[in-house]
Amino acid sequence: MKDDMTNTAHQALSQLRSASRWRIWEIAIWIVAIAAIFVLPSKALILTEIAILALFAISLDLILGYAGIVSLGHTAFFGLGAYAAGLFSMHVATEPITGLIAAGLISGAFGFVTSFLVLRGSDLTRLMTTFGVAMLLAELANQAAWLTGGADGLNGITITPILGLFEFDLWGRTGYIYALLVLMLLTFMARRIVNSPFGLSLKAIKRNSRRAEMLGISPTRRIVAIYTISAIYAGVAGALLAQINSFVSPDVLAFHRSADVLLVLVIGGAGYLYGGLIGAVIFSILRDWLSVITPQYWMFWIGLILIVIVLVGRERFTRWQNFLPGSESRRLAKAKAAAAEQSP
Amino acid sequence: MLTILFDGIAYGMLLFVLACGLSITLGLMNFINLAHGAFAMAGGYVTVLLMNRYGISFYWCLPGAFIVTALLGAVLERLLYRRLYAASHLDQVLFSIGLVFMAISAVDYFMGGQQQMINLPPSLQGRFDFLGVGIGRYRLFIIVICAVLAVGLQLALTKTRFGSQLRAAVDDGRVARGLGINVSLIFALTFALGSGLAGLGGALGTELLGLDPNFPLEFLIYFMIVVTVGGTSSITGPFIAALLLGIADVAGKYYLPQFGAFIIYAVMILVLIVRPHGLFSREGGR
Amino acid sequence: MTFALETRNLIKRFGGFIATNDVSLKIAQGARHALIGPNGAGKTTIINLLTGVLTADSGQVLLSSDDITTLPAHKRVGRGLTRTFQINQLFGDFTPLESVMLAISEREGRGRLGWRALTSERLIIDEAAAILERFRLADVMGSPTTLLPYGKQRLLEIALAIAAKPRVLLLDEPAAGVPEEERHEVLALVRELPADVTVVLIEHDMDLVFSFADRISVLAAGALFAEGTVAEISRDPQVKAVYLGEDA
Repeated sequence: MKDDMTNTAHQALSQLRSASRWRIWEIAIWIVAIAAIFVLPSKALILTEIAILALFAISLDLILGYAGIVSLGHTAFFGLGAYAAGLFSMHVATEPITGLIAAGLISGAFGFVTSFLVLRGSDLTRLMTTFGVAMLLAELANQAAWLTGGADGLNGITITPILGLFEFDLWGRTGYIYALLVLMLLTFMARRIVNSPFGLSLKAIKRNSRRAEMLGISPTRRIVAIYTISAIYAGVAGALLAQINSFVSPDVLAFHRSADVLLVLVIGGAGYLYGGLIGAVIFSILRDWLSVITPQYWMFWIGLILIVIVLVGRERFTRWQNFLPGSESRRLAKAKAAAAEQSP
Repeated sequence: MLTILFDGIAYGMLLFVLACGLSITLGLMNFINLAHGAFAMAGGYVTVLLMNRYGISFYWCLPGAFIVTALLGAVLERLLYRRLYAASHLDQVLFSIGLVFMAISAVDYFMGGQQQMINLPPSLQGRFDFLGVGIGRYRLFIIVICAVLAVGLQLALTKTRFGSQLRAAVDDGRVARGLGINVSLIFALTFALGSGLAGLGGALGTELLGLDPNFPLEFLIYFMIVVTVGGTSSITGPFIAALLLGIADVAGKYYLPQFGAFIIYAVMILVLIVRPHGLFSREGGR
Repeated sequence: MTFALETRNLIKRFGGFIATNDVSLKIAQGARHALIGPNGAGKTTIINLLTGVLTADSGQVLLSSDDITTLPAHKRVGRGLTRTFQINQLFGDFTPLESVMLAISEREGRGRLGWRALTSERLIIDEAAAILERFRLADVMGSPTTLLPYGKQRLLEIALAIAAKPRVLLLDEPAAGVPEEERHEVLALVRELPADVTVVLIEHDMDLVFSFADRISVLAAGALFAEGTVAEISRDPQVKAVYLGEDA
């Protein structure tokens, strides 16, 4: 088959292959994550937290890093997924995987319905409407105490063993394995999506929406699609939280969660899918460390870090990505260096 | 019911003074400043400090709050904000969120997390009856002050040289520079003015809206609604938007208390669906 | 006779200003039709009306007799109408390979597929390689677009429009901004465009117009001022007057 291709086509194919190939560091990250099950059993709780945050951040990356939509209310889907999973287990079925799917679908449907809000208007409008929707849900959850438990949170969630086989243990080990598997599965799926013709069109829309239209792309449809997928992912993350903790705090819809996940993505870098993961690890370690040092005022340091990152420049901050073999930023950096060499 | 209307107008005027600085800076520098509420909070806390610790009369605290926050705004603009005028909106959002977080924590640390109380001078306390409508003295005071400010701003914008330079800079900064207008000075002065007004609003609002370290985030949504719905190309747009918002909020909380702030968010989303660029902005506005 | 592209009494106003004033263009199948006029005559407005970026206030736009006046921009591409931009409108750090692959996969309707890997789209890869070769971009296919010399970027701009396999191609000043030493490449490519593609060329460069076009429409102040063959227009004294100092 390969002999049918011209030299140029061959070159093209190998370029595309190298852009989407599995990297060493990717595989390493997953190996470390899996190894942690056995090597760091006492840390299972915080590892689970990281995994859930990572999934949430990846969901934001799908719309921010790939489609260029700045959302200040992404926690709406996270919180909706959490409450949906909680209520599902209380009123429908206690098997967690079915609950997970249900919560994901509900969040996705809500994402689909609200997607048109981010299609029109300026950046500011988008910020406001996403913020507004999240605040609306938070108000709703607060007021509908008969359903959501209001300010006390949703109690009384019971989760039966996963698939009837794996029971949640007290040390959180099952929880971590559960969360990690879900994270892996969804990340691999997302990986496939961004390396597909659809993913390519999203990246194009982010860079030049008008030109994309002139190639026959309907930005509206594509953005609605990725926004829905992103909502599903965020909803699943929230559902994981609800199921593993058997509790939903009204905090899942709080503004600081939307700000936190934004910061996670900024730290890790948006647009290459693993930023959410790496950012989640760094952010969690940072937050843990800070809340030990200054339990009440860690917000101050988070704020300071944000300001420093922005003033120094996000690109300079994520320069360490240039060292990741095969990453896009490394490719760009190499190309820039090559071009600089050529021109006098 | 007229009392509700009156209260709503007072609330709306206050929101206008609080938010108009944000509208001007957004329109002028295209900068999304989510930390605007922090300046308002600063004005409130300055008032509390001056009154409770130094026994200064409330009436003097108002210009005091204005001046202090205007200076604060000018300093921050010179040091930090101006580096980000050309940055992406995401960067601006991240920066201003960071600033808010820092401000909230700092205030919490120095002043504690409790609600701050001030004692209004007796001349502003209580209410009287006017044609069967209950008029709160303090609310009347707010309406008068804010109306004067609104008129003053409109006049300054349209009748003074600074005002026309400002409008030119908003319309097209490059051309304005080409005409010899010192755009960066205008930015600095405008930012200071906007922050000062926010501080003044915060001072006025201590009694009406409450004051605690969470103020900037709590009221952020209101400011943003005023700016998004009212647009950034005039004074009248945010003015009307603020009035509508104030009346809607007060009326909503009175007649439908179980819905709380729900109504505000719903109305805002509805408006943005129908007019994504706000009710009053020109077509294709930023 | 069916025209490849036609407008009927097209009008577009911006407030009180009439940008397009009752323009009726008829462009024949397979033609090489140039649209010229002094700056501000409204050439780009007409292109935007034809491609759907702007909506006309009145009048019609027809593509092979189909009324596309109200068709959204991205759908017109599907009907066979593409354009290039006067100032390059490319995709930032995309490589030429990615850009061309995108154009082809959208044309084939495969842009909605989220499950297939780009690397398994062999047919698209083959075609992309062929286009890259034809447009002399094969050696830079992996460079981010922003790092390419302007002339190469211009070639990519045209390559993208051609990759969509249009029936009608609108070229907006293809050689604009291209440095002297790279111009001939761009111009050679314009001349090598397939004969079955109808090309509408907007140009200031009269040498290119006279050597490339068979018919010329002259636009002035938003209205169609004159139309005819190259010979007719080049001899028309009124056209020269309208240009007032432009080299003719």
